[in-house]
Amino acid sequence: MVMKRALAILTLLIIGYWMASALANVPFGADKMLVAQYYLNHVKAQTGAVNAVTAVVVNYRGFDTLGEVTVLFIASTGVAALLWRKKRERTAETEGSIVLTTGARLLFAFIVLFGAYIFIHGHLTPGGGFPGGATIATAFLMLYLAFSAYEIPHRSFEVTEGLAGMGYVAVGLIGLAIGSYFLFDWIWQTWGWGHSNIGRLFSAGFIPVIYTIIGIKVGTELSGIVDSMVKEGGE
Amino acid sequence: MINCIQCIEYVMVLVMILAAIFAVEWKDLLAAVVGMAAVSLVASILFFFLQAPDVAMTEATIGAAMSAAVFIFAIKRTQRYETEEEEKLGWWIRW
Amino acid sequence: MNIGVYYFGAISLMLIGLYAILVKKNLLKILVGLSIMETGVNLLLISIGYIAGRSAPILSEGIGPNQAVDPIPQALVLTAIVIGVATTALALTVAINLYETYKTLNIEELRRLRG
Repeated sequence: MVMKRALAILTLLIIGYWMASALANVPFGADKMLVAQYYLNHVKAQTGAVNAVTAVVVNYRGFDTLGEVTVLFIASTGVAALLWRKKRERTAETEGSIVLTTGARLLFAFIVLFGAYIFIHGHLTPGGGFPGGATIATAFLMLYLAFSAYEIPHRSFEVTEGLAGMGYVAVGLIGLAIGSYFLFDWIWQTWGWGHSNIGRLFSAGFIPVIYTIIGIKVGTELSGIVDSMVKEGGE
Repeated sequence: MINCIQCIEYVMVLVMILAAIFAVEWKDLLAAVVGMAAVSLVASILFFFLQAPDVAMTEATIGAAMSAAVFIFAIKRTQRYETEEEEKLGWWIRW
Repeated sequence: MNIGVYYFGAISLMLIGLYAILVKKNLLKILVGLSIMETGVNLLLISIGYIAGRSAPILSEGIGPNQAVDPIPQALVLTAIVIGVATTALALTVAINLYETYKTLNIEELRRLRG
């Protein structure tokens, strides 16, 4: 027992020394951009977005984001499949106090509005689809904690999540049909909408469209995960 | 009025490492989850100091709210304390 | 060997998480260690992309392409955080099912109960 801890701490010290001596060759705060300098120079002309991180996630490296949406979908389906029981119901015993229930009813609409604001303005301000969707899921989590008999309508959330996922692939396939490759930005480059509007809401090609789809998908997905884990069931 | 940003960075990294050590050591699993949420919170502030606002927002929402909530639901359906035997009370009472 | 304070903080978080995975016996405590390790890795990636004296990579008025920090590590970490919470949720449901079948979460006893 003591032998195991001593060996573990010795291994960790050796690993820490190797990592520190490897990181001593990467000076903190020096200019080491290679590909990123090209992205920063051309982001306003080629994509129309002002937020460079958003343009890299959706436009320049959009296929990786499609892979990440797939991983989220597999995890959510796996949680729902592993926790399936014949009769599932909530087993909370105490209702929240009156301060909690009144506050939850008042705040729910504002939190959903704030989450929608975050993903609609993804190309102008920091944020994007992922924190916006997570904020919407936090609003539903608050309703679960305040009321002891609240449930989300599970079937319609699952249908919305599936349709949003298919919408992302459909946007890519339309790009393949109009242009030359999957996830071609046809709104900015072929139709030319919003070229004079850089820095305002209606610009940046298909970035607001994709971020709205991702925001709805992540919000309903995380709410579905919370709903599967709260309910306990019999056989 | 102390006016150095470096002192604040040192203090924050120290608080984060202390919270991580406590999260691993405490026997009560609910306390360990609170320690993990504290690590996420201080990491979100450090992301803001490193000029990365998107990542700071994402880590604050997902690390402090979603991850801790999913852990607490899992603790509700399993057991709360890490080991079941009674330990003798030391100079700290029932960590 | 002088590394900055951010590298030191990220490496210590990774080592503390690895210690929890190696030594602890309760399955939920091992998952807490895994989650702390993922936070440490994300902090290391972002602190490698920092350039001193520059500002956030949002090119509004007054910030040209030569005054912004590296945007690529931020794009990678943005998806890594969300994937981390999804895999943690899946691992916790496997732990819940193990508890309901075997009534224990101790990894030494789980190794002996086969079949």
